[in-house]
Amino acid sequence: MNILPPLAVALPLSAAALLAGLNRHIGRRISSLAAIAVAAATLWISIELLIRSIPNTIVYWFGNWQPRHGIALGISFVIDPAGAAMASIAGLLTLAALIFSSKYFDSIGTLFHVLMLVFLGAMSGFALTGDLFNLFVFFELMSAAAYGLCGYKTEEPAPVQGALNFAVTNTVGCYFMLTGIGLVYARTGALNLAQIGHALDQGGPDPLVIAAFTFMACGFFVKAAVVPFHFWLADAHAVAPTPVCVLYSGIMVELAVYAVARVYWTAFSGAFASGTQPLRALLVTMGIATALVGGGMCFGQRNLKRLLAFSTISHVGLMAIGFGFLDVHGLAGALLQILGHAGAKSGLFLCAGIILHRCRTVDEMELKGKTRNLPFTMGALVVAAAALGGSPLSGISVGDTMLESAARHEGYGWIVWVSTAADVLTSAAIFRFAARTYANLGPAQAREPEQPQKTEEKPETDKGSQDTPAVMFIPAALLTVASLLLGVSQGLQRFMVTAAGRFEDHAGYVRRVLDNVPVSLPVAATVPHEDMLHGVVTVGIAFALGVVFLVWERGRKSLTAVARPVMLVRDLHSGHVGDYVTWVVFGIAAFGAAALLSLR
Amino acid sequence: MSYLPYGVAIWIFLVGLYGLITSRNFVHLIICLSVVQSSTYVLLAAIGYRTGSAAPIFADIPQGTPAVDPVVQALMLTDIVVEVTVVALLLALAVQTHKRHGTVDPDKLRALRG
Repeated sequence: MNILPPLAVALPLSAAALLAGLNRHIGRRISSLAAIAVAAATLWISIELLIRSIPNTIVYWFGNWQPRHGIALGISFVIDPAGAAMASIAGLLTLAALIFSSKYFDSIGTLFHVLMLVFLGAMSGFALTGDLFNLFVFFELMSAAAYGLCGYKTEEPAPVQGALNFAVTNTVGCYFMLTGIGLVYARTGALNLAQIGHALDQGGPDPLVIAAFTFMACGFFVKAAVVPFHFWLADAHAVAPTPVCVLYSGIMVELAVYAVARVYWTAFSGAFASGTQPLRALLVTMGIATALVGGGMCFGQRNLKRLLAFSTISHVGLMAIGFGFLDVHGLAGALLQILGHAGAKSGLFLCAGIILHRCRTVDEMELKGKTRNLPFTMGALVVAAAALGGSPLSGISVGDTMLESAARHEGYGWIVWVSTAADVLTSAAIFRFAARTYANLGPAQAREPEQPQKTEEKPETDKGSQDTPAVMFIPAALLTVASLLLGVSQGLQRFMVTAAGRFEDHAGYVRRVLDNVPVSLPVAATVPHEDMLHGVVTVGIAFALGVVFLVWERGRKSLTAVARPVMLVRDLHSGHVGDYVTWVVFGIAAFGAAALLSLR
Repeated sequence: MSYLPYGVAIWIFLVGLYGLITSRNFVHLIICLSVVQSSTYVLLAAIGYRTGSAAPIFADIPQGTPAVDPVVQALMLTDIVVEVTVVALLLALAVQTHKRHGTVDPDKLRALRG
């Protein structure tokens, strides 16, 4: 029996346990090197699984408990190219974050590495599993590691509050999810996703199935930071150590979108086959709200980490739209977006980490004209911002193209305006940051309404530093360049279309898992042609918007009229955990009511 | 099969949520979170229950005796273990909140806004 599938989880988890046990006996350098080696090995395993899963989906039964007569008895990992790709991204980003942090924290203990490896193991398991309850357990494990990492700097006030908001909101989401799992089990008597799908295929979308899907999807949407479940994300990002933000933004929230897609296509797609149209409208609406709220809030921030957090929300909206189209090109677009966003956003967060390391703050106003001595870092920041805004041949751009092809096919051709707006707003905000801090543009004083947002951020390194270590700059530069050039080869796009086709092949998945029938390989995929001009124009507009805003900012009155609606939305982000939970409940009630009314 | 356990589960869930939303003290808030969680125990127990069946300990009952569903009980145990960890972590954060902010009232925390 092949040993690789369980090793993708067992290796980081057991290494974490070992490091935790040896905590007092080994130095920081050794534990850092060990963690980097383990992350690299896990990345290799994931890539190996990815390659092996291309000819046929890998199904691994723990303890060799094979299904008997089409009934799944054991717990399985079901590894298709999309899942293995997600696990590989998790491995790559963890590796980059660990390399970056090896020089970054002067005083971190071994426990940081332990938590990072637990986080990685949980994410790998989450991406590879084929069992619903297993999915929930990995989800919880991932969350617990994330809460711990978020509040890692417990001696400061802000991280403690951010971690509490994060943990309480997400735990409520988890309970909704568990309730959903209970309802599905009550209906089908199964926890294996293929078995559930097989059982639900027999019936239509009755209220119990709709309620179960609502609870499960919304539980994941809390983690995915889809509006109105998104409030915790900015708080968590603003206070978490920067290398941890790379994992939050680059892969954790995307994994939640991936999980909704996984659960929908394996378990529910048969039952909802008659209601695809209204469900598509519902999911795409949520995605649009997320993309626009995130984009608007992003442009209104002055703390770079918080700004990047809202830009993540905006891009998650686009990924949710891609999945929401419920077709192959839409999902392929979402997967390409995830890949491109992972590179660009990680590059951006690592640059933010370097700025924090050198300048002791990431506040745009305080940094005005002060990053002149960081030309390479600011250069990487601007290039990553262009990649995030969908410059030609970038991962985001080919993802957008794929998304728009799906949109036209499903009659949502106007979605191009939403994706362009999200791309423009999120990259314009970063261009503005660069223009103000590097080129010293804009007025010296902040406008009044921005004041309460100022957070006191303690630097994450012990003493001010005069140089940027290579281990900090090289991962940032490599990830940025990777994201910038993802679209060069059409092979990647074809691969994503075939991966999405395999992912959405409900009947093929069920047969592969329960009856051990090899999946049918699709014919060569067609890839929509990327419009280079669109990418150039988008980035150009974003750049102009970022710079022009600084010039306009001198005339305050003209701006307040524009800013008022943004301020109203901003006031909702109160930092109060009770408010956040209220929004979660409201969102689930609204989603459930809409699904019930339209699918019945 | 009675619908009462399901009603109880929903009621516990809602009571816990109400407590979470209106709480003025983080320790109280975290305990409310465990209340919400308890509703999932009731739900799972209700799903697995079969009237007149034995406990699923197959060592000392004759073969073929109907038993309640052991899978949900395994789920519940896993759920308890996972959640104890999270609640412990949260309570530790509440202690830190008191040390750093001098309060455990969510209304008085103002480090993060907008």
